[in-house]
Amino acid sequence: MQRAKTCLKLFLVMLKIGLFTFGGGYAMISLLENELITKRGWVENDEFLNMVAIAESTPGPVAINAATYVGYKLAGFWGALAATVAVCIPSFVIIFLISLFFDAFLSLKYVAYAFDGIQVCVIFLILNAGVKMLFKLERTVWNVLVLVAVIACMVTLSVLSITFSSVWYILITAGLALVLYLFTYFRAKGKGKEVKK
Amino acid sequence: MIYLTLFLTFLKIGAVSFGGGYGMISLIRETVLENAWLSEEDFLNFIAVAESTPGPLAVNMATFIGSSQAGFLGALIATVGVVLPSFIIILIIAALITNLLKYAGVKSVLSGIRPTIVGLILATALTMFVTQIFGFTSVGDELSFDWKSLLIFLVIAAISVLWQVFKKKQFSPILLILISGGLGIVVNVI
Repeated sequence: MQRAKTCLKLFLVMLKIGLFTFGGGYAMISLLENELITKRGWVENDEFLNMVAIAESTPGPVAINAATYVGYKLAGFWGALAATVAVCIPSFVIIFLISLFFDAFLSLKYVAYAFDGIQVCVIFLILNAGVKMLFKLERTVWNVLVLVAVIACMVTLSVLSITFSSVWYILITAGLALVLYLFTYFRAKGKGKEVKK
Repeated sequence: MIYLTLFLTFLKIGAVSFGGGYGMISLIRETVLENAWLSEEDFLNFIAVAESTPGPLAVNMATFIGSSQAGFLGALIATVGVVLPSFIIILIIAALITNLLKYAGVKSVLSGIRPTIVGLILATALTMFVTQIFGFTSVGDELSFDWKSLLIFLVIAAISVLWQVFKKKQFSPILLILISGGLGIVVNVI
């Protein structure tokens, strides 16, 4: 009974958060902090930071990851399910309604004109997001090499209209990073032994 | 079968979209263009809508494409598909390996793919920019210079960069979208 109550509370809080998360997952973090720590004391500050780190570094939208994690910590599997469904419902309903009228809306002359400009703005927003992440990137040899290689490959293949999924870039660099890690790990271990002798 | 295609496609997007927000933009773009679910223009229009409505971009995109391809059920299936990988992965982490991030190997793989994500976003933005402004997508295309788009781009970029420099704050993306919409009407009417 207690658990059902927690699930319901979780559901309502996440519904609210889902409704007000404009501008992607990072905006949601401060909302979550306010709801979970300040207002309700559901989560400790340390645990919250750990949760944010996990939500950011695992695949999937940060908002969904955070909701699943908090839900599980507070009320197990059903809590996770309630929180995740709740955080998705507002965007699902809003976008579904928009999708029904979007084409009709775009066929209005001035709306179409406006969207000519908006398309350019969206390209700028994407570029801006990329540049911001670029500034946050540490200037290590690995980062610079991978970045240049990925951009060069992607632009070249796109110009030649060869399809090569982004998934591969991610998997290949993940594999290379793992190999590099194992290599340095075992070499360091080997050296450590030599020193002991 | 469209439902299965939608489910599997968005499952894949959900499983590899690291980096949040625009992290999966290149993958979604490839997917919708390959399947001819949206044109490049529709795709850009929709990102503007997703940016101005609440909720994660991936969920918004899944709902929109699902609905446009296969109605309500399509929207539901695509959305479940995109959410499911995160749900399962986070459940496993929360239940079993809370200290996953403390393993050095996991850390180095996660930080190892970071430049890839940044590269994917930048390359996608660059490709879209060249397509929009010069009408050039691949070898053999004739160039057609779109000065209206370039003008709007420069104005938008100037507002955003100047705001960042002088106010030390990010200019609201929703406001930027509204301004660009106004500019779009102005340059087309003149």
